[in-house]
Amino acid sequence: MNFFKFAWSISPELLQGSLTSLELTVLAISIGLILGIPLSLGRVYGNKIIYTVTTIYIEAFRGTPILTQLFILYFGLPSIGIMFPPFTAAVIGLGLNSAAYQAEYFRGAIQAVKDGQMVAARSIGMSKIKAIRYIILPQMFRLVIPSWSNELILLLKASSIAYMIQVSELVSVGRLIASRNFRTFEVFLVIAFIYFVIVEVLNRILHSVEGKIKIPGL
Amino acid sequence: MGTLISIELALAFLGLGFVVGIPLAVGEVYGNKFVKNLAVLPIVEFFRSIPALVLLFLFYFGAGSLNLNFSPFIAALLAMGFRSAAYQSQIFRGAIKSIDVGQMQAARSIGMSKFKAIRYIVLPQALRISIPSWSNEYSSVLKDTSLVYALGVTELMRQGRYIVARTFGNAILVYVICALIYFVIVHFGVKLLDFLEEKYKIPGYEIKKVTTRA
Amino acid sequence: MTQTILKVENLHKSYGKTEVIKGVSFEIKKSETKVIIGPSGTGKSTLLRCINQLDRIDKGQVWLEDVEITKSHIDINQIRASIGFVFQSFNLFTHLTALDNVRIGLMRVKGMKEEEATKIALEELKRVGLGDKIHNYQAQLSGGQQQRVSIARALAMSPKLILFDEPTSALDPELIGEVLEVMVNLAKEGTTMIVVTHEMGFARSVANDIIFMDDGIILEEGPPGEIFKNPKHKRTAKFFSKITQLEGEKAK
Repeated sequence: MNFFKFAWSISPELLQGSLTSLELTVLAISIGLILGIPLSLGRVYGNKIIYTVTTIYIEAFRGTPILTQLFILYFGLPSIGIMFPPFTAAVIGLGLNSAAYQAEYFRGAIQAVKDGQMVAARSIGMSKIKAIRYIILPQMFRLVIPSWSNELILLLKASSIAYMIQVSELVSVGRLIASRNFRTFEVFLVIAFIYFVIVEVLNRILHSVEGKIKIPGL
Repeated sequence: MGTLISIELALAFLGLGFVVGIPLAVGEVYGNKFVKNLAVLPIVEFFRSIPALVLLFLFYFGAGSLNLNFSPFIAALLAMGFRSAAYQSQIFRGAIKSIDVGQMQAARSIGMSKFKAIRYIVLPQALRISIPSWSNEYSSVLKDTSLVYALGVTELMRQGRYIVARTFGNAILVYVICALIYFVIVHFGVKLLDFLEEKYKIPGYEIKKVTTRA
Repeated sequence: MTQTILKVENLHKSYGKTEVIKGVSFEIKKSETKVIIGPSGTGKSTLLRCINQLDRIDKGQVWLEDVEITKSHIDINQIRASIGFVFQSFNLFTHLTALDNVRIGLMRVKGMKEEEATKIALEELKRVGLGDKIHNYQAQLSGGQQQRVSIARALAMSPKLILFDEPTSALDPELIGEVLEVMVNLAKEGTTMIVVTHEMGFARSVANDIIFMDDGIILEEGPPGEIFKNPKHKRTAKFFSKITQLEGEKAK
């Protein structure tokens, strides 16, 4: 079988794997978003205790490999009685990790919002919380889009690490196919191509979204 | 023990990345349209769009297809080295571009060839500017060394695995210790780079730190 | 008897070891326009920011009508909603249109429904002459227009008084006039205003009272006629001579 026929024949299986990878990515980035915003707010507006706690979290997850984090969740926790199925462990691990990176992106964006905005909001009687909610955060979301898009792509690529804890995502499926017919190199060429295409498509989509919600001056 | 291998790997990847990355960056900034669009950009895009793990498998198994016998270590070195080159080239590109165009003009005006100007005037400044972003790359590469586990290389993570298997030990303890080791190496590496940045600083030339990951 | 809107008593404020406001006391009655003048860096802006506690007060008391707003149990957000503040650097909300800028305080602080808030916002924007720019964003407005929107934003909250912190200092000369015009009209309509400014023409023609501040204290206070013609202190006279020197050069 020549290369293209071969590639075609394994596509359905690979597609399944890709879907799992995408699922993993979407779930993880959502967790990252939900956790990341409070983390960043804690680092910018919190008192000493909150600042210290959030900083420790962020440094811990950014300073260690994703593989190690996943191993701790999947292979490590069972030794103290907590057992996660592979997919769950991957989602939690990647999600917590992404939260740390997203928190830093959000923090950068918050700090890019001009100082005068908070003062003006307080001057018309908004409480700190209201000011953050109606004035700071709306601007932060627009400023953070380039970095956030980057994080989404990075997370998609990181989802491949879940292979190591037995999640049936794209790379795992690839290895499975290869173990049947030993054409590993070709399988992975196809896989590389698939990732390349998905990343390109995502980039285009994110770019056009950025254009649509642009505000003159932000 | 595994730690030393990991550090070795990281330095090797970074080294290869540096050696290949600079020509790539120079090609991208100063090269003509062909060099830039047909050679540099496709290479960079390729290595940046696919996951490191896939890259590792490609190089390792690809070698087999071409009847070369790469050891896992060599395959990893090539895969991750070139990957780092792609990322480093972008760092250097940004730094080179941020240097005032007047520098190059002044260099040419005293008779330097383009090559000499790049070598003696532009690069020294660009490299200094790159240090903050480069320390990000250092962190990334060090953490990515954990992935060569998948090729069977006995770096830190695999060593950890062996320890757990041998001693039926407390898996969580072992892996947390691995995490701590990575953290410490990353942390001190970055501190070292910060120190170097201070030491080789050009007085009066303040650069804002950019915290984005490649 | 005209009601006293604001009373400041023995205000002190320090930045670190340096005391910038060294015991300032004054009062303002309803519909009065008080203008604070003086050399730069003598605490004038800081004084304004202390009144609505955007900067913390170290010692002293402030009353808004009959309520002592320096007491610790006071909800400062409510108080700020009754005091308008116009900034030197405008500080319009970058992500909102002019209309939204003026509406947001009504809707999110005072809890008004959108319909009512919009009505008031439109009125105030028309009042400052920007009825046709309501959908423009901050980046699409000139400095003078931005400042007028910020005045509308303050007015919309129906404040008891408005504080102006060097409202025209960041404007290009040709844009200063449009903002001063709005302020003059406000004064004529009876708005209670405290204005920190270097615009002597405005001070002379519109102020009921002038306060001259130097080095953290009020050196002189009185109607414009008195202050400008017969300053009691040497420093006041010196300040004026410098100003008229500049204005004379400008005229040339």
